[in-house]
Formats: sequence, C-alpha cells, structure tokens
Amino acid sequence: MSVLKEKELRVIGFLCNWCSYGGADTAGVGRFAQPTDLRIVRVPCSGRINPLFVLKALLGGADGVLVSGCHPRDCHYAEGNFYARRRLEVLKGFLPVLGIDPRRFEYTWVSASEGQRWQHVVTTFTANIHALGPASFSPDAPELEILNAAAR
Amino acid sequence: MSGAAFGYFPGCSGLGTSLEYERSTRAVCRELGLTLWDIPDWNCCGSTPAHTVDPVLSAALSARVFAQGARAGIRDVLTPCPSCLSNLRNALEHMEDELFAARVEALTERPLEAGHSVKSVLQVIVEDVGLDKVKERVRRPLTGLKTVPYYGCLMTRPEKIMRFDDPENPQSMDLLLQALGAQVLPFPLKVDCCGGSLGIPVRDSVPRLAGRILELAGELGADMVVVACPLCQMNLDLRQGQIRTRGLDYTIPVPYFTQLMAYAFGLGDEEAAFKLLAEDVAPAFSCMRRRAEEIKAEEARVAALAAQKAAARAGRGAQSRANGAAGGEA
Amino acid sequence: MRIGVFICHCGSNIAGTVDCAAVASKARAYPDVAYSTDIMYACAEPGQDAIIAAIKEHLLTGVVVASCTPRMHEPTFRKTVERAGLNRYMFEMANIREHVSWIGKDIEANTNKAAELVRMAVSKLRLNRELKPKSFPVTKRLLVVGGGVAGIQAALDAADAGLEVIMVEKQPTIGGKMAKLDKTFPTVDCSSCILGPRMVDVAQHPNITLYAYSEVDSISGYVGNFDVKIRKKASYVDWSKCTGCGLCTEKCPSKKSYDRFNEGVGPTTAIIIPFPQAIPKKASIEREYCRQFNTGKCGVCAKVCPTGAIDYGMQDEFIDAKVGGIVAATGYDLMDWTVYQEYGGGRYPDVVTSLQYERMLSASGPTGGHIKRPSDGEEPKDVVFIQCVGSRDVSVGRPYCSGFCCMYTAKQAILTKDHIPDSRSYVFYMDIRSPGKGYDEFTRRVQEEYQARYIRGRVSMVYPKGKKLIVRGADTLMGAQVEIEADLVVLAVGAEAAEGAPHLAEKLRISYDSYGFFMEGHPKLRPVETNTAGVFLAGACQGLKDIPSSVAQGSAAAAKALALLSRDMLDSDPQIASVNLNRCVGCRKCIEVCPFKAIQEIDLRGQPKAEVIETVCQGCGLCNATCPQGAIQLSHFTDNQLLAEVEALCRF
Repeated sequence: MSVLKEKELRVIGFLCNWCSYGGADTAGVGRFAQPTDLRIVRVPCSGRINPLFVLKALLGGADGVLVSGCHPRDCHYAEGNFYARRRLEVLKGFLPVLGIDPRRFEYTWVSASEGQRWQHVVTTFTANIHALGPASFSPDAPELEILNAAAR
Repeated sequence: MSGAAFGYFPGCSGLGTSLEYERSTRAVCRELGLTLWDIPDWNCCGSTPAHTVDPVLSAALSARVFAQGARAGIRDVLTPCPSCLSNLRNALEHMEDELFAARVEALTERPLEAGHSVKSVLQVIVEDVGLDKVKERVRRPLTGLKTVPYYGCLMTRPEKIMRFDDPENPQSMDLLLQALGAQVLPFPLKVDCCGGSLGIPVRDSVPRLAGRILELAGELGADMVVVACPLCQMNLDLRQGQIRTRGLDYTIPVPYFTQLMAYAFGLGDEEAAFKLLAEDVAPAFSCMRRRAEEIKAEEARVAALAAQKAAARAGRGAQSRANGAAGGEA
Repeated sequence: MRIGVFICHCGSNIAGTVDCAAVASKARAYPDVAYSTDIMYACAEPGQDAIIAAIKEHLLTGVVVASCTPRMHEPTFRKTVERAGLNRYMFEMANIREHVSWIGKDIEANTNKAAELVRMAVSKLRLNRELKPKSFPVTKRLLVVGGGVAGIQAALDAADAGLEVIMVEKQPTIGGKMAKLDKTFPTVDCSSCILGPRMVDVAQHPNITLYAYSEVDSISGYVGNFDVKIRKKASYVDWSKCTGCGLCTEKCPSKKSYDRFNEGVGPTTAIIIPFPQAIPKKASIEREYCRQFNTGKCGVCAKVCPTGAIDYGMQDEFIDAKVGGIVAATGYDLMDWTVYQEYGGGRYPDVVTSLQYERMLSASGPTGGHIKRPSDGEEPKDVVFIQCVGSRDVSVGRPYCSGFCCMYTAKQAILTKDHIPDSRSYVFYMDIRSPGKGYDEFTRRVQEEYQARYIRGRVSMVYPKGKKLIVRGADTLMGAQVEIEADLVVLAVGAEAAEGAPHLAEKLRISYDSYGFFMEGHPKLRPVETNTAGVFLAGACQGLKDIPSSVAQGSAAAAKALALLSRDMLDSDPQIASVNLNRCVGCRKCIEVCPFKAIQEIDLRGQPKAEVIETVCQGCGLCNATCPQGAIQLSHFTDNQLLAEVEALCRF
C-alpha cells in the first residue's frame, strides 16, 4: 500500500504546529478542496526541521517535499522561521548537486488564518510535482538531465 | 520623451463632429515632438452601437484596428476619444481569454499578436511628455482664465481597465490647465454623467444631466468648461441652446483641452479651431484678458509696497546701526 | 509495545468520505498494533470509555486516535489515556478530518491517505517515551494592555478577585473609544456617566497600577513568568507634581493643535488634559505643536504651573515588570475613509465621521453639545447618514461588517432629533443589522417615532452646491435615484484593528488575521484564549464588537487569567530539549540559536557541555536542528521520531 497508483504522487509536508498546521486545519474547516497527495508531518517550528529530513524524504522516494512555517516576524518562537529560511534556501541550492530537481522542494509561509492560501499552496505545489512526474533515477529523469547539464 | 511615435486612431467623430479636437490634437502633438502615424484603413472601434448588441463583433472591430496598425509596424495606439479608448482597451482585455479570442479571430480571420497598447492623448501628454515640457512650450499663458475641467465618465473608469488617474477625483487635466497658466476651480461634477448617448433614445436626459453640469460651472464662476470627450462636448456645447430653454440663463463655451493648449502654445486660429465650437469663446477670452490686467496691476502694487517697506527697513537698520555705533563710542 | 488504534467516524464528518472500518482493519497489520477498531465519536463519553476499556482489556501501552486535528482534541485524549493509567505522552493522533475527509470527496483516495496517516502515527508512537512535567512557581500578577472598556472590565474583575494588575494605556487617559461617545445604544444612556465611575475605580483600586501614556516595549518569558518592559512616554509634565488644575491648558499660546480626543472637531492647545473626566487627570505636552520645542521660546506653561511640574527635558522612562498572564485589549481604530473620493475624500468640511459627530453631540465636546456645521457653525437641518463606509466593501479591501454601525447610526439619528427638533435625518443603509437585546426595537423606533427616513441603497456621490451638500444615491426598494440636499453628512466609517496591533501581536507571539485582528484559540470554544499560553484577548482587538460584548469578553478574559493565576505552581510542558552529555562537544551552537536563552554552558570534569534550563525551554527545537552532533534532542519530536514518520511514508 502506498499512494494511489496512477492517481497520486508522494508529496510530504513539514508544517509548523502554530501557523501552517493551523492554516491547513482552517482550510479543512472551510472545506477548501485540495489534492489528496500530501501527507503532513507536524513539527513544533519550521526551525526544528533539519534539512536532512527533506533530503531523507526525497532520497527515500518522495516526489515532492513542501515546508511551511509562520510568516517572517510572526514566529511563535520569535525567530525560528528565520533560521529555517536560511537553512532551506541553502538546501535548495544544493539539491541539483545531489541530482535532485530543486523544483521538487518548496518552502513557504502560511498563517493559521490563511485557509484559502493553504489551499492555493497545496494545489499549486501538487500540480507542479505532477508536471514533473514521479521522481526516479532512470536515465531520462529530469534530475539526471540537470546533472548532465552541470557536467557539460 | 520627445521623438515618441504612436499609431493614431482619430475615431469616427474626429472626422465629423469633433474636427476641432482632431486638428488641435495633431497640432499640439507636433509641437510636443510626438509623431503620429495614421493607422491605414482604420474602421469603427466597435463602440456604442456594436458593443450593446454583440461583444464579439465589437471586439473584432477593435482587433482589426490593431491588426491594421501591426501591418504598418505600429504597436502603440493613441486616440483622443475616451469612448474609442475604452472599447479598444476592453477588446484587448477580453481577448486575454483564449475562448473569447478564438471567437473574435474567427471573425477577423487572423490572430491578434501580443504586445498592443492603447492610450489617450491626455494620458500621453500628462504621463509620457510631462507637464514640465508643456510649461516650457507655453507662449501665451492663460492667466486670468477661470476653468472647470470635465473628464466625463469614461476617461478614468472603470478603474481596472483604464488604469489612469483617480477614478472619482482625477487631477490630470486640472494640472495640465494649471501648467497652461489657467485658474482651475475645484469641480465636484468632473466625472458626472452628461447623458452620453442616452440623449438619442431619451431626448430629455441630456438637458437634465448636462444642464446640471453647466449650471454648477456657472455658479462657481467659470469662464469655460474644458473637456476631453467628443460626446460630452457635443452634449454640453451643441445642445446648450436646448438646455437654455429649460432654464439655464447664460452661455458658457466648452472647448477641448487641446484647443486651449494650441492657443497657449501660440498656434494659429486654424489649429486652435475655436470657431468650430457652437458657443463663442471670445467673451471668455476678453474676461481673461481683463482679469490678467487686474492681476498684473495688483502684482505691481504689491511689489511696489514691498520695495517701499524694504527701503524703509534698510533706512531704519542703517539708522539703528549708526545709533549703536554712536552708543559704543559714548 | 502494544498499540491500540481507534478510527473515529465523527458522525458523518469523517465516515462520509473515509471508509473507517477499512482503515481500522489495515492498521491491524502495522507493527506493534495489538488492537484496532473504528468508533462513532471517540471524544464523546462512550468513546473515551471504550478507549479506556480497550487499554485495560488488551493491555495496551500506547494509543493512536485518528480523528480531528490534534490542535482540537489532543489534550482530551491525553487525559483519557492518563485515566487508564498510561503516561499521557504515550499517545498520538492522526488528523483524518481537517486534512482528509473535509478537503476531498474521493473515498478511495481518502481511505488510503487516512491509513497512511495512521501508519505515520503508529511509527512515531513506537519511539515515544514517557514524559513527566516539572512544576514551577507562578507570578501572580496580570498585565492588561489597553485601557478601553474591555481592558477596564478585565482589570477590575481580576483586581477585585485579589490579583495584582498592571494596566498599560498608550493614550494619556484611559476610557478608550467609549469615553468619546456621547450616548450608548439602545438605552441612550450617557456614556461617560456609566464609564466614568469605572475609570475612577481603576485609578483608586489598591491592586491596580496604571501606566497611562505608556506602551509595551518588549515581552519575554513564558506563561506564569513573563518579563515585560514598559515604555513610559515623556509627557514633559512631572505627573507626581501635576494636580490637573488645567491652568497650563488655559494659558498655552499654541492653540492650533490637532485634538486627538475630539477627533479634530476643534483645535486644542499643545499642552492638554484630554477631557474633564480623564483618568489620570494629568497634563501632557504634544511635542509637535509646542512652541517651546519648535522655536525654543515660550515656556508659558512652566511659568504658570503652580507646582512646577513642567519638565521640557523629560525622557522616556522604562519600567520592568514580571507578570504571570497578559490580557490584550487594544481595541480598534476607524479606517482611513479618505479613499472614498466620491464622498469628497476629506475635501468637504461638512462631511464628518460618526466619531466626530459623537464629539459634536457630547456636552463636554468642543461645540458644547451643539450640533454645528464645521464650515460655518450653523445648525444643520437636513442630516444624511451614510452607512457601511469601509464596511462590507471589497473594493477597498474591507469585506467584513463592522457590526456596531447600524446601531450607533440609529442612535445618532435619535440624538439629532433631540438636539434639533425641526431637523430631518436620512439614513442610507445596505441592511439593518440589529441582532441583540432591544436592538431591533431600537432601529424601528428611530424610523417610526423619530421619523428618520431610512433609504436602502448606496450613495454614489456627495458634492457641494452652494452651502448645501448634494447626496446622490440609489433607493433600491423604490428602484429610483434619490438626491438629498444636506447640510451635514455623517459617515458611519468602518473599523479596523487598532494602529500597531500586528506589532503587539508579534511581541506577544500570538497570531493575527489579514486585517490585524488577533486570533483566538478556537473560534467557538476558546474565544478569549490564544494559542500562546497565558495570553488572553478582550474586546474589539479580537474582532469588532459593541460595548456589552466587549465588557463580557473583558470579564471572560479575567476569569481565564484568574483560573491560571490562582495556582501556585504550573506544570511545565515536558516536550523540551535535553542534552546527551556523552555526545555533546561543547560547541555552543545551541546556546547561540536559542531564542529564549534556555541553554547554558556547564563544566563537566573540565569539559564544556550544554545544559537545558527546563522551565525556560519552550520546545521549539531550533537547537535540535542546529546541533552538529545530534546530542541535543527535543523530547517527543526527536530526530528518530520524525524520521520514523518520513520512513513510514517512503518505505511502503
């Protein structure tokens, strides 16, 4: 058993408890329809996320990873999302080096009141991942094209 | 921005009822260094009659205008008429929708390329040319002329389509008239309805609505109502006699802003074309000249008074300094 | 480990789009799962009892409930498993309602997703450890931010119950917006007569310390022990000497200052006492209008002051305070209505706001309670009220209803008739919104008894014509255009969160919505709590409301604060960081990133090591993600636990 074959891709979200997880709840309460691909891991703060979690997910077979925290300046722990922003930005830059298409990873900020924004974020990100297709390391995977381009 | 070039779309009234707008616009643009290329074999913009019946046909007419321009290598279109502007803009806006565009292109039998724009003469003069350049060009300032600007309903609205000036309280023509030296009275009805084309099916509407505008202009003591729209101009000027039979007890000329520009730039009667207006501008201009002289006299009086005071102060100062020096010596 | 899994139907909320029985049966195959079932309402008493019974019958050591969001019922179920003898942290939730059943209708996909979420929860639970809270002492003092009617009520209730209260108000006087009102609906009670005594109570209460003309500068700490820095703004008057005699305000030569309290209806002096009943009744100098500050020459107030209280060299002063809880009651402000160019955008003096009109009606206002046109001081006969100026108007970014304008407009129409019996009032409205005790009767009375003409429709334009203002609008019930020649136009301007509210929210670490209103813990069930423990909300800062609702919420916030601060000790959350001393290399990185200074360096047999101060740690996990050694781990959210969740998704 896994994601539904042909229908879904494996999309993993890391959401901070205070803002984005609440935003996803608000979207649910508002019945804002979303694609079913995403599975959410709840963390206390986006600053808790070790970039290696994201890599572990992507290398373990996830097709996309989405991180969402509180808006800058609005962190429940004062400054956790600032650390997250720096770490994740650096991570994004490194993904091609590892042979991973950086478009498979995105981070964003959604507050607990922004249910509609969460719907938009999930829908757009999932659509983007579907456009990229399943991640694999076959010779014609987009990841390898990037690696090859880098090599050239 | 000198040397800019635009494809020029005069609109149907430019060839008939608003010849004076047309002539003065061409002259003023020339003076300001704007090159106007006439769009070859242009057609109706698709305004009033077409768009009330069939939006696709209306947009198709506009699309053909752009296509004709594109054939001659023109992308940026300029039009004096707000109604044409509105329709041309609306066509571009609606054609962003692929389905709508396909229906239009089925009629025009050619796709509309991207990258077209259209602006009003007023917008280009105020935003692209700039008021500083206009000021430099003034030879005969309109000092002493009391004006109220009347923008009409379309020049700034709907806000999302026109994207020009404040939709409810526009300032561009106010500032332009000030740059020409005229006095601009705050005019609360500057975007009010003049009756528009409703005057044709409902004859009574224009005397009532345009009458209200003229009445307030008169109450405020304006010499002229300055307009930017051929249809407004017609309602306010050509039908003024009709309005007078309903109680308006004075006459007031209604020139286009470009006519006043031509006059202030010192161009000839042929370019300013005031004689094509229904209501005579001569009394207004003589009022202006009388007031200008009064202003001049007043300025001279104030200057003389100030000089007198300054001289007195200098005298006193010298005296007190002398006293001070004397005191020091003692 | 023996895990029990309970899949909640939540009536049809979940079961409508998730096959709960199928999820329960899939879960039986997950590692360590000893028992799995679906259940109608897990949170209801029979549901909780069933969970307890199952724990006992199947000797379960951990429980997963798949139901709604843990932000809703995690505390509920933790208590349930505790009642069955388990540690409350041997419990996990899978959110299959907000994140599954409510956002999609595809039963196959939803059921599959729910099962995966349960697998994640089981995988994490297998690594959960029993955690025990520590207890720490509580500072029994409450901070109330904002001295409007909501803050006053909260402060008085808490102080009467014996709690020490610190009130911080940014204006020179407390009283808020209510102090500006002439009368209140629906009783037409005199506003300052009912508020005044409460304000005096605040000043005289032995348990309340009032800092007026002050702002909260910074807040640190956590529930039970917040450290607050209060900035007392320089008033240039030594309030310990000022007697409020008002001599300075009579003699001040700068008479063109903007009168903030009177909404600019008339000018005032540079040194002011906002109004006669001000609390504290002390003078303060508005620097930008003062001649002494602008020209260096004047000093009149210093000369006339009988107690020598004027101090031009005064500086802002900072006060440190320790409090256990905080009530935010910062109220609202009117939106900037000048975006409405069709109403003149502020160009016409006889178009005023409702709050300005309120000051004109007030006997203690600048017109002495006589309604006068600002332009020529004449008494208006035709007064037009325009409602919803900046409310329910998407075009200016205000889609919400301000809630109280319909009622105060009706009140103002009544007062207009009382003040000027031969006047005529016209009210342009969209809908009359008057749900409340005696409210609808009130709006009927104004139409029937006071003959105010109510016109349903929007006003498209206001313009001056001679001495009159022409108000043109639509009468949508008649299907006609109407034009009224008015002497005065009163705009019922919509309200928005108080200026600076988002800034305060950031200091308090609470959330706010896109309009600046503070987010409550739960829209239905936690209306005065926030998601930050120890911070409560009262009044319009949480969402616009009228006086009775603000007072009720003030009392409610006080009750919540009292419940918290009635305890001598609080349990600390054990979901905090801890250091594995064997792995720690003393690099200090965790000490640098900790926003709460909760990690200190210790010396262990000559080796530097990190140590977590347990009562200070807030459990954000920043240190955990920073530690290069993996030596510092956030309990309940350890690296292994989070990776177990990731693996549950990737491996299968």
